[in-house]
Amino acid sequence: MNKFTEDDLKKELETKEYEYGFYTDIEADKFPVGLNEDVVIAISKKKNEPKWMTDWRLEAFRIWKEMEEPEWANINYKKPDFQNISYYSAPKQKPTLDSLDQVDPELLKTFEKLGISIDEQKRLSNVAVDVVMDSVSVATTFKKTLNEKGIIFCPISEAIQKHPDLVKKYLGSIVPKTDNFYAALNSAVFSDGSFCYIPKGVTCPMELSTYFRINEGGTGQFERTLVIADKGSYVSYLEGCTAPQRDENQLHAAVVELIALDDAEIKYSTVQNWFPGDDKGKGGVFNFVTKRGLCETNAKISWTQVETGSAITWKYPSCILKGDNAVGEFYSIAVTNNYQQADTGTKMIHLGNNTKSTIISKGVSAGKSQNSYRGLVQIHSKAKNARNFSQCDSLLMGNECGAHTFPYIECKNQTAQIEHEATTSKIGEDQLFYCNQRGIDTEKAIALIVNGFSKEVLNKLPMEFAVEAQKLLEISLEGSVG
Amino acid sequence: MSLKEKLISSFIALENKGSVDLDSNIHNIRTKAIEVFEQKGFPTKKDEEWKYTSLKSILKHNYSVFPSSENSVEVNDIKKYFIQGIESYKIVFIDGVYSSFLSETTHDGFDICLLSSAIKKTKHKIVTDYYFNTLANKNDSITALNTAFTTEGTYIHIPKNVMVPKPIQLMYFYTGKENEVMLQPRNLIIVGENSHVQIVERHQCLTKKATVLTNAVTEIFAHKRAIVDWYKIQNDTENASLIDSTFVEQRENSIVSVNTYSFGGKLTRNNLEFHQKGEHIVSNLNGISVLNKKQHVDHHTLVNHIEPNCESHELYKGIYNNASTGVFNGKVIVKKEAQKTNAYQQNNSILIGDKAAVNAKPQLEIFADDVKCSHGCTIGQLDESALFYMQQRGIPKAEAKALLLFAFANDVVEKIKIPELKTTITKLIADKLGVELGFNL
Repeated sequence: MNKFTEDDLKKELETKEYEYGFYTDIEADKFPVGLNEDVVIAISKKKNEPKWMTDWRLEAFRIWKEMEEPEWANINYKKPDFQNISYYSAPKQKPTLDSLDQVDPELLKTFEKLGISIDEQKRLSNVAVDVVMDSVSVATTFKKTLNEKGIIFCPISEAIQKHPDLVKKYLGSIVPKTDNFYAALNSAVFSDGSFCYIPKGVTCPMELSTYFRINEGGTGQFERTLVIADKGSYVSYLEGCTAPQRDENQLHAAVVELIALDDAEIKYSTVQNWFPGDDKGKGGVFNFVTKRGLCETNAKISWTQVETGSAITWKYPSCILKGDNAVGEFYSIAVTNNYQQADTGTKMIHLGNNTKSTIISKGVSAGKSQNSYRGLVQIHSKAKNARNFSQCDSLLMGNECGAHTFPYIECKNQTAQIEHEATTSKIGEDQLFYCNQRGIDTEKAIALIVNGFSKEVLNKLPMEFAVEAQKLLEISLEGSVG
Repeated sequence: MSLKEKLISSFIALENKGSVDLDSNIHNIRTKAIEVFEQKGFPTKKDEEWKYTSLKSILKHNYSVFPSSENSVEVNDIKKYFIQGIESYKIVFIDGVYSSFLSETTHDGFDICLLSSAIKKTKHKIVTDYYFNTLANKNDSITALNTAFTTEGTYIHIPKNVMVPKPIQLMYFYTGKENEVMLQPRNLIIVGENSHVQIVERHQCLTKKATVLTNAVTEIFAHKRAIVDWYKIQNDTENASLIDSTFVEQRENSIVSVNTYSFGGKLTRNNLEFHQKGEHIVSNLNGISVLNKKQHVDHHTLVNHIEPNCESHELYKGIYNNASTGVFNGKVIVKKEAQKTNAYQQNNSILIGDKAAVNAKPQLEIFADDVKCSHGCTIGQLDESALFYMQQRGIPKAEAKALLLFAFANDVVEKIKIPELKTTITKLIADKLGVELGFNL
């Protein structure tokens, strides 16, 4: 029997090609490179936005101009030239939204390759898909069912037109324009994204999902997502990403804002598998994302993420636990390989009484990659009986990669209970031996252990996603495991 | 004139005073160090390493840098600060000046003496030139400031195969003759192969009125199979502040333990760095902080695992009353070559005061795969049901609380290898918690 050792696995990881790297040839409507006020106005015009929105963008742009790119993260990269990026790109043949037949067959093929063909999704998994292909939504399904419940689920550009009150009230309320460099940039130039509003007391009957893809080479994608769950409502939102293989670095700076009003619950799951660069560290997506949620009284926000792609990941999905009894959760698996660098984690800000937060973060590093967990647990002086549990585990494969943890714990209230633990290890010889003893060969044993290592987080994903996430883990790590 | 400007001009005065040798190697080191300080100045909260500790309140004073010499103290006034009932070597400094009357030094078989005299004697000069300032962080402005003003401190050189028969007590007293004083002792400790030494260090201000800032730097070199136990007692008066930087370099099979007991002082900052240069090294870092009022303690530790098969064990416990604040920043670096490293770090804090706060940042940076590293960090309160259980059985609440807090701190206290010191520390904790226990742990 061929022994499958960790070295083999390592080798396999290094040679494993990015399976989803292809490039759909759709003629795109694209802006020339560069960024100035005119470009911001042009984007706004293109979207037919009202004046308040244009002004909002311009203000963000002015703020952005004064800001500097942050350097504190544990990542090394050549800073993107922001004047060498095209800030808008939309597929030219814009299909109408009511029928799949009108969608460009080329586009459909792309999704089929990804294994997320829209009709399959529609038929089998009962998921409403708002497909974002290079910044413009091209298909929206299950609208009717959602409409009946009063749920608004549409591209944000449409929401700006149709529901300006909601957008005006909440856009930028959680992630203000001044928040950070990338958030300001996004606020100025965001092209599209999803908007979701769940009315009072409504439980969303299906998983809402959006697939993001970056398609046109040299185009930055600036998504803006706004999810509002009104009092007593529930929604599970899924976001998944793959990107075609390209040589130049692509920039992605998204902003996601979640608002959970009293007694509401939002579950936000992400699978991110953008092109990580080749085994020489060439190419790959730069992923600078600001995600934040606000919990009012008795509300709950749960972030689950599987990060396997991107050359650079800079992402800290956070919860502001403002109301009493609010709950924040963060479950994450970050897998890095070759020259990938991930600096990811969460912030839990406890403001209300009896607030609870849970952080489970799993990092797997292989090749020459660097994987960092950076988290903040902050208990304010007025937050009584706050509770936090954090766990970050790292698994290292090979001695050329690195695992880092930067947990910040700030406690200003004596009634708080905080637990934090972190471990770093490799797949133990004894663990493998135990499996071998029981007739499980080394290959399967490694798969079993890595799977077990990430199970805690994978279990938190909705069914449909869990399968896909496992598939992604296979690609980025497990090689022959099946 | 800001303190920084004052210090820089004082440096020129020090050079001109003629009390320091201007041709020596140390002179060059000092000149370079003051340049670093001049360039960087005192750290602010913008520095990541000083994010949770502001020096603002202690830097506003007009410290005199050269305290008046030859202040004498009554033996009875300082007796209680020594560990009772134990034979020991003593090096005593009063206001930064060595007191031969109170000290008990030796050159018999090993050297326990003053850094100033070691630098001057050819026999020791070779040693000091070889080791001095090779370990201290040259880019840290606070450490550089100490280096620039190096005039006095402790010099301990233990050659090969020596078991130092009794502990060494390093005592730094401040009499309070002047109201605002800055002291900068500098210590150099070299422990040869197979040797064993126990050292107790204490900085103590003798009056409550005086404001004192101590900026101490200690370099410890532990050679093969050496065992060094270091105990730092920090129970100073409420206007005394301490910035203590300790750098440890270890060679093969050596065991170095640094224990820090922080019970007092206005602001205490401990920088503790371990660099493991050899295999099978064990580094122990232990700490207890019991704070009241508005006291602030900041523990910054760094363990640098450079070679394979080494261990580090870190255990810090904190009890924070009233409006006291604590910081724990524990960094563990495991280099690529340091396979089979076992690094453990634990930090537990109990908050009792409603204005007390803790900021913790246990940080791991790992570049090797075959390692076992973990850190744990908890912040919480006393177990209500345990408290209730004890009250039910007739133990008054204050005592019950104290008992539970003792139990909490006990696994660090248990690591003390000098029984008399254990008694001292136990008493100090009881005193700090405001109870009479009537027994010794």
